[in-house]
Order: sequence, then structure tokens, then C-alpha cells
Amino acid sequence: MDNEIRVGRAPARHVDDGQSLLVVDDLKTHFEVAAGSVRAVDGVTFSLARGRTLGVVGESGSGKTVLSRSIMGLNTTSNATTTGSVLYAGDEMIGKSSKQKKALWGTEMAMVFQDPMTSLNPVVTIGRQLTEHVRYHLDMGRKEANEVAIALLKSVNIPEAENRLGNYPHQMSGGMRQRVCIAIALACGPRMLFADEPTTALDVTVQHQILNLLAEQQRDRAMAMILVTHDLGVVAGRTDEIMVMYAGRVVEKAPTADLFAHLRHPYTQGLLWSIPKITQAKHTRLIAIPGRPPNLIHPPPGCKFSPRCAYAQAICRTEEPVLRSIESSDHTFACHFPIGTPEGQAALDANIAAEYPPALAAIGKLRATEELTV
Amino acid sequence: MAGSGTAHLRPADEVLLQVNDLVVEFRAGRNRTIKAVSGISFDVARGETLGLVGESGCGKSTTGKAILQLPRPTGGSVVLDGEDLVALAHEEMRTRRTRLQMIFQDPISSLNPRRMVGEVVAEPLNVWGPKNKDEQWDIVARILDQVGIDPGPARFKRPHEFSGGQCQRISIARALVTGPELIICDEPVSALDVSIQAQILNLLEDLKAEHGLTLVFIAHDLAVVKNISDRVAVMYLGKMCEISEADELYANPAHPYTELLLGSSPVPDPSVDIDSVRVIEGELPSPLAPPSGCRFRTRCPLADEQCAAEEPQMRRVGEDHFVACHHPLIEPWPEGAAAESMVSMVSVGSKPQGDPPTL
Repeated sequence: MDNEIRVGRAPARHVDDGQSLLVVDDLKTHFEVAAGSVRAVDGVTFSLARGRTLGVVGESGSGKTVLSRSIMGLNTTSNATTTGSVLYAGDEMIGKSSKQKKALWGTEMAMVFQDPMTSLNPVVTIGRQLTEHVRYHLDMGRKEANEVAIALLKSVNIPEAENRLGNYPHQMSGGMRQRVCIAIALACGPRMLFADEPTTALDVTVQHQILNLLAEQQRDRAMAMILVTHDLGVVAGRTDEIMVMYAGRVVEKAPTADLFAHLRHPYTQGLLWSIPKITQAKHTRLIAIPGRPPNLIHPPPGCKFSPRCAYAQAICRTEEPVLRSIESSDHTFACHFPIGTPEGQAALDANIAAEYPPALAAIGKLRATEELTV
Repeated sequence: MAGSGTAHLRPADEVLLQVNDLVVEFRAGRNRTIKAVSGISFDVARGETLGLVGESGCGKSTTGKAILQLPRPTGGSVVLDGEDLVALAHEEMRTRRTRLQMIFQDPISSLNPRRMVGEVVAEPLNVWGPKNKDEQWDIVARILDQVGIDPGPARFKRPHEFSGGQCQRISIARALVTGPELIICDEPVSALDVSIQAQILNLLEDLKAEHGLTLVFIAHDLAVVKNISDRVAVMYLGKMCEISEADELYANPAHPYTELLLGSSPVPDPSVDIDSVRVIEGELPSPLAPPSGCRFRTRCPLADEQCAAEEPQMRRVGEDHFVACHHPLIEPWPEGAAAESMVSMVSVGSKPQGDPPTL
């Protein structure tokens, strides 16, 4: 393991090489609540080049939404503390005043939210919601802004765009509303788009249309995009790189094809195996990840995935693994016993021999009732 | 596609549930009617899982609720074990309810937040089971244990103390406590993470085997439906498009709509070329004024005048595979063709074998 490169929590390891639009270094967002400190994002480091797409994947509570909100500076509640560094085009985002951030929101970075039903104002026409920030940022008159709004609605494939400006959100379907949200996000020509579970609330057919639309707009505008989702199926064909998060940490990050071909982290494998696949025969037993995501106030010691992990050994429960790589330096993972290595295989075999429940779950030998109680 | 007909029904004595020409309409004011379900028929054999798929607004949840007579359907019959539930008086229907149960989509809002889990699960027993609290708890504890919830600690907790996946297990326990034969699962896993979704699907399979359950599983995710179902029915705008044995449906979709739905389903494999997949254009038409003829024709790449003029009827295209389409992607079985579909047989049948229309 001499060839391993250590990245991870060491600060300032990522230097802006002029290509990276976004450089995030050791970003932490903690929320103070009565029971203690919720470490929603706990030391995330990555960079994203212009025009590239990064998929951020994890279960609910893995910190993926808080991460994108922290980068944009949207966590404004008084109990939230964000530390670390977010360089956007060489400019530090952390510590900016809300006035400074306001100048960037919409024009430089924009976000499409999960629920198109609630992210639009129900009592304001979509025309006004579309033109509000266009007029604010680009200093346009009403007439000119309306023309821009119509062009935007057309670009997101909304039929009869001219007649839509006077509509209220409730007059449109979920898919149409999400198109409007995308049009709003794109209105001022941002260079960085965050899409936070943009299709989770939508049907598969509409999901496909919306994801295609996002990909098309991203290509046309050469935007960088962060696509946040819990579904590896959504990011598989649509991202350049994928970052898997668990309990506020990055557990694996790799170029998309490499991740699927040589996944290293047992959590990534668990996520992939849990998805029912259309190519499998009916009644194929799914390999579920046993247990539940950890409590972020009192996370387990050592590797936070260890209580659910089929590969876990004694060291996993005491020592937290750092991000490292073998072979390709683009592919990093935080695991003591990675998949596809002799140590990983030995750990799994030992756990199966010892009838360790998560290992039994990984080979489909655990009853469904036992999967929860692990 | 998206038509009527009963060619796919099996003999009534072989099935537990038979739904015949079910119609559910809602009044929408100004003399307008929402045609949520317009004459669908299907059956479910004992111990079988029927998957019901379609987009939002296609009437799949309405169908599920209409089976339970919630509300009573506008027309048609729902025959459970030889008895038509639609014809039953209110009080008679009430006594049949222990045999039919439902699991809902949102596990958290389907449990009363102010009641303890022990009470939530025991509530059906207050109506139909032993009234003695200790006897009730014996049953509840056994069922909770079967769904993987530790009964002791859970008894006095409230739903907010549980995660979404655990709440769904509690909902399943509540549905099982009266010992039902048929459970309608209305999108039971759509609100859950993929990892928890797999746990719940595995649990449903185990419980089905243990309790000898028959399931109607409603969902919009085709992969989920395939995993759990023996047969799958595809619905579109209140009509049935296609019904088939599950593996056959996914291997050889006969309906253009089914094929497009399959293409839209995300595949966790980066080597699949997404750009080559056809997308269904447009949106579901309004159920206030559904299109004439085949309801899918406005979005169908194969639609022609016949589709606008004439509603397609169910006809056989495989061993256990039926489709309601004038231009199915698989050649219909000539011997299985019902008299009513002979008209369309002439036009389709004139094409050479093995050359189905392509999208």
C-alpha cells in the first residue's frame, strides 16, 4: 500500500489549479440542538471543474442536502455553524455577508429544490417568480424581462409559454412546476447549478424528462452541476463523478464508470445492491443494508458505517478510516477493508464464518425481520 | 391501448378477487365528472401478488381503494371469494373488512401521532378481536415481532420516535393484526430510501409466505413492482393497457406505453446509453375529458385514425399476456383472439410474422 495517496481531512490539500470552479475543503456544518451538536456535514473535501457534473449520493440524513446548502451559504439559522473553506472561482464563500451572497445567488450559483409543490410561492404568478431576480440582477424592464421569461419557459419545453406567465403554480402539474423551477434557476445564467433531489417527487416518466432537460441545459450553458440524489440509478448515466456520503462524510468518490466497475466501499455496494433491477427475475431476494443510518449527535466510534457493515473488524469500531486510494488517484474511499482487495475478502469471509449478522445479510441469509434490529 | 375487455380474466372459481368493469367517477362541480377509473377488469388468484403500475393520476390508487369500497365504486363489481362486495349493505360490508386491509404510502402520516404504537396496532382488535387488553397485547406483540419491531420497547412509544421504515413496519403490523387474506399495498415503499425499501420488500415477501397473503401492490416504480409481483397490470388514465406474468411483461412488452415506461426507468449502470432511450412526450391528459378511442393515442408514437375512433379491447398475445392495443408490439395469438377484436386482427394480421411495429 505504498502507492496510496492520503487526502481527506488534511486542510488545504486541494489547490485551485485554475480549472476548478468550486474547491471545498474540510467543510463542516453542525447544528446545535437541545440534545447536542448534530454533525450534518463533518469534514468534506472535493473540487469540481467547470462544466462537470458531480453526483452526491446517500441515504436520508447522510448530509447531502446540507452539503449543497452549506456551499451556497443557505444555512442561515442561528444554530448552524459552518466552518472550513468553499472557494468559488477563487473567492471564499464562508463568512460572506448575506448582501455579498445575494449578488452571487442566481447569477453565479442557483439551486433546484426537491419539492416543486412547495418551492414555488403559491400566491404569485409564475411570470413574476421568473422575472423577479432577472429584473433585480440584470436590471431589466418589465417588458424585456417578460420576453426573457417566455424564452426561458420555451427552453425548458413548456408548451404555450406565452400564456403561462399569468398562471399560478397550482394550475400546473408537478413536472411542469419543476420545469418552472429549473427555468428560474437558469434565468440569470449561473455557472454552478445545484439540483437537490430534483426528481424524487416525480413519476418515472417525468423524472426521465426532467433529468434529460437538466443534462441538455447543462451542456448548452457549460454549467457545472451537483446532482444530489438517493438513487444510484439516477446518477449512473448522467454524471462525470460520484461522491457517496454517509453520516456527513465522504466514504467514496470516483469517476462514474470507475465507481460502478470497481466499487470499494461496502456502503456503496449496499446502496447498489438494495435497488431492485428491471433485469432481475421476479421475486429476486434483495440484499438490503441492515439497520438504519446512525444518530448524528452520538455517531458510533470508528467507522460510522461499521455497525451495518458486512466487512467490519475490530479496528473499524475504534479507528475512523481516512480517504485513500489504490491504483487510480481519482478513486478515493474511506475503508479499512475495501472490496476487491485480499484484506476485504478475508474480512468478509471471517465475518461470514462467525455468522456476523450484517455479513449474513450481504449474502442474503438474514431474515427480513432481523435486518432492522442489526 | 388503454382499453377495455375481459379476455384476460380467469375462471371465477380459480381466483380470490375478481374486479369486473370497475368504474369510479368523482363529481367536480359544474356538471363535470372526473373519470378516474373507466371500466377496468382484473383478477388475483389466492397467494398471488398483482402489481399495478402507471403514472400519477392513472387511477391505480383509486382502484385499490375501490376494492375496499372506499368509496363505493360508481359501477362494476368487486367479487371476493364469490361474493360481490359492491352489492353488500353497509353493515354486511363492515363484517368483511377483516379480510381486506390496506397499507398506505406515507408511513408517518398514516399513523396517529398522538397514540402509542401498542394502541395503534391493537385498534383493529378493539372492533374485531378479543376485548381483553392482555389477550390483545399477546396478538400485537407477536405481530410486531414478525415485522421486526421489538414489541416491549415499542409498546409505549409514539410514531415520531420511529424512522420512516419502522413506521411502515408498524403500518404493516396494523394491517396484519386482523388476519386478512388480501392486502392492498398503495405505494408502500415510494417514500423510503432505497436501502430501507429493500428491507420492506423483503419483509413483505416473507410475511406473504408466512401468512399465505394475497397482495395487490400499487407502485409507479417498475423495478419495484417486478421484484414483488407474480403478475403485473399496467394502467393509463383509468384504463387497463396490458396485463401479464411479470417476467414476460418486462421481457416482451406488447403495449407501446409499457415499452416507453420501461425505457424511463433509471438503471444503475453507467454503460446504458440514456440518450438512446425514448421518452414519453407530454403529460397525462385530463381525466375530465379523456381522449376518444384509445386513451393513450395522444402520446403514442403508433397512433392512427383507428385509435381515435375505436377503443381497443383486451386480447391475448402470449401464454399469460394480454394487451389492449390496436397495434401491439407482439403479434396476437390467433386462436386466443376474441370475436370483438377480429376487426383489428385483419389489419395487424396482414403483416408478416415476426415483424411487429417498432417505435
